[in-house]
Amino acid sequence: MSTIQLSGVQKGFGATSVLSGVDLTIEQGEFCVFIGPSGCGKSTLLRIIAGLEDPSDGDIRIGGVRVNDLEPAKRDVAMVFQSYALYPHMTVKQNLEFGLKHQKLPAAEIDKRVAAAAESLHLTPLLDRKPGALSGGQRQRVAIGRAIVRKPKVFLFDEPLSNLDAALRVKTRVEIAKLHRELNSTSMIYVTHDQVEAMTLADKIVLLRPLAGQEHLVSIAQVGSPLELYHHPANRFVAGFIGSPSMNFIAGKVAALGDGGVVTDVAEHKLNVAVVPGALKAGDAVTLGIRPEHIELGSGSLSGEVVHVEHLGEHAYVYLNTALSNQPLVVKSARHDIELGSRLRFSLPTTSLHLFDRDDVALPRLVGKGRMAAQLMELSAGK
Amino acid sequence: MSSESLSLHGRARRRPADAAEPVSSLLRQRRRQAWLLVLPALLVLAAIAGWPLLRTIWFSLTNAQLADLTQSQFVGLDNYIGENGVMRDPAWWSAVANTLEFSVVSVTLETLLGLGVAILLNTPSRVRSLLRAAVLVPWAIPTIVSAKMWSWMLNDQYGVINVILQQLGLIDHPLAFIADPDLAFPTIILVDVWKTTPFMALLMLAALQMVPSDCYEAARIDGVPRWRVFRHITLPLILPGVLVAMVFRALDALRVFDLIYVMTSNSRLTKSMSIYVREQLVDFQQVGFGSASAIVLFLLISMFTLGYMVFSRRRMQGV
Repeated sequence: MSTIQLSGVQKGFGATSVLSGVDLTIEQGEFCVFIGPSGCGKSTLLRIIAGLEDPSDGDIRIGGVRVNDLEPAKRDVAMVFQSYALYPHMTVKQNLEFGLKHQKLPAAEIDKRVAAAAESLHLTPLLDRKPGALSGGQRQRVAIGRAIVRKPKVFLFDEPLSNLDAALRVKTRVEIAKLHRELNSTSMIYVTHDQVEAMTLADKIVLLRPLAGQEHLVSIAQVGSPLELYHHPANRFVAGFIGSPSMNFIAGKVAALGDGGVVTDVAEHKLNVAVVPGALKAGDAVTLGIRPEHIELGSGSLSGEVVHVEHLGEHAYVYLNTALSNQPLVVKSARHDIELGSRLRFSLPTTSLHLFDRDDVALPRLVGKGRMAAQLMELSAGK
Repeated sequence: MSSESLSLHGRARRRPADAAEPVSSLLRQRRRQAWLLVLPALLVLAAIAGWPLLRTIWFSLTNAQLADLTQSQFVGLDNYIGENGVMRDPAWWSAVANTLEFSVVSVTLETLLGLGVAILLNTPSRVRSLLRAAVLVPWAIPTIVSAKMWSWMLNDQYGVINVILQQLGLIDHPLAFIADPDLAFPTIILVDVWKTTPFMALLMLAALQMVPSDCYEAARIDGVPRWRVFRHITLPLILPGVLVAMVFRALDALRVFDLIYVMTSNSRLTKSMSIYVREQLVDFQQVGFGSASAIVLFLLISMFTLGYMVFSRRRMQGV
């Protein structure tokens, strides 16, 4: 068993606190991605799990054993560093072997593991080269190979793709996903600031964020599967962070509460939002949210003026100035004939809208599957 | 001078195609610009190093005396290999042996101690920057001052070191560290080690700090034992820096003068090559003979430097 449990993990550097009380469980074999804005302590959290940093408070358990006081080597983890951290004076083969040589492994076993790792990472022809003679992608594979040969319980990746160019990043991403399928009982923790990596690789995303008003304090904004974070963001921060371009936010007021959700009042328009009203009451200030891909162009009671168009080939992002807010709404459209200055009609589908209360906490949506839907059933049954 | 022209030649050699094809005007302009840029340095070097060197070579071929440099006759290589030439003087060879022994022993000790101090200074600590400054004090004191200071401290009649050693019961009668033929040479080496270890430590500290910290972290996660990390990661990575520091120190040690001159100026047992040269030139007024010995010293050091350059160039190509 190699479940990783963090309870109340805190970290401060000197007087400033960085992580405030992180509670988290990562199941055996799970691919968990830590994501968040840069400088939010993702890497620090990873390094605490690795044992390279000590938490100021809280417990770390791997496979049920408290590892706070264990040396990194005793935690049975392997780490791939952002800079690869290859030993520059050793050949690829020596780099792969170095972490094994001091263990009491038979030489044949070391050779076998190195050969297998080199084979699966296409490093066999490069074994006698030094890191200086390798490309970025090759160095990256050596770094991964060095972790594989140790056969750890937990794999830690610290922004492993950030030094690669875009094409190589996509390729390596696929290779990492493949590696995770092959080593399916090995847990992986992966730090990134790239949400595409997070969405495509993760079983579980841990989104970290600085606390409002205290930028140096970081806590977990939401933990969940990629689609959970996309469809059911717990708060406005998560809603805005996941998805690109970002979700549109519109300020409004609660006009009335109904069976089908909440009727909001936004700049003289009545917009219906399919959420569970909870403690909301008429007159409360709220924020509506809708993703660019969910706004329907062409018909509807709302209209706006096109102020900017970004063509991405398969689709375009249209920026509309509307009466709803002073920020232009971003709309994803498959049309390529939209002209600047033209007026377009659009609608905001009731079931695609998100609603956030005064504290930016999301209200549960009346759509969706699985856990959220079950909760909603319970809620409505209780009423 | 030599290194500049070497690199220009080296570049031309590496691209033999250039020689065959007509050189483009842009390339010609760049070359001219390169020469113009190094010209001031070449002129200064020629004036302050080239001219005195040539003049010394000329003097070494004459029988000039310090009292009147104009009255001298050309004597060919007599000063070098003549009957009384420097190469036949046992005092010269004893000075050479002394200098080599001094260089090898002091540089070895300074390297080992310097590495130890550098490793201590490299561990994170609140007082590290203070220690780093403090450790430089012996290096910052002018050699003449520290040599004089040590001679007093080591004096057999009033020196504080004899007092301390006696009170600790380590010796029963004062030792004449500087006057005793058996002790003088080791004493000079110890004072040099005291003075120069900080310099070595600082150069090695710089090398140590160049080692990427994530290499250490990777080794830590892999559970590599400390001595293995030192032997297989730290040492190979700082070796180029250590070698440069050793060469700098060795070049300095081969020319050692001030320390020995202040502490044991006339003792034959501790005479270095530089001391010998000065003695001939100034004390004995033999400008011709002294110049010849200076040239031999110069050639010895040049050979050492050339050897190092060839070695390091070969190593660079190997990487």
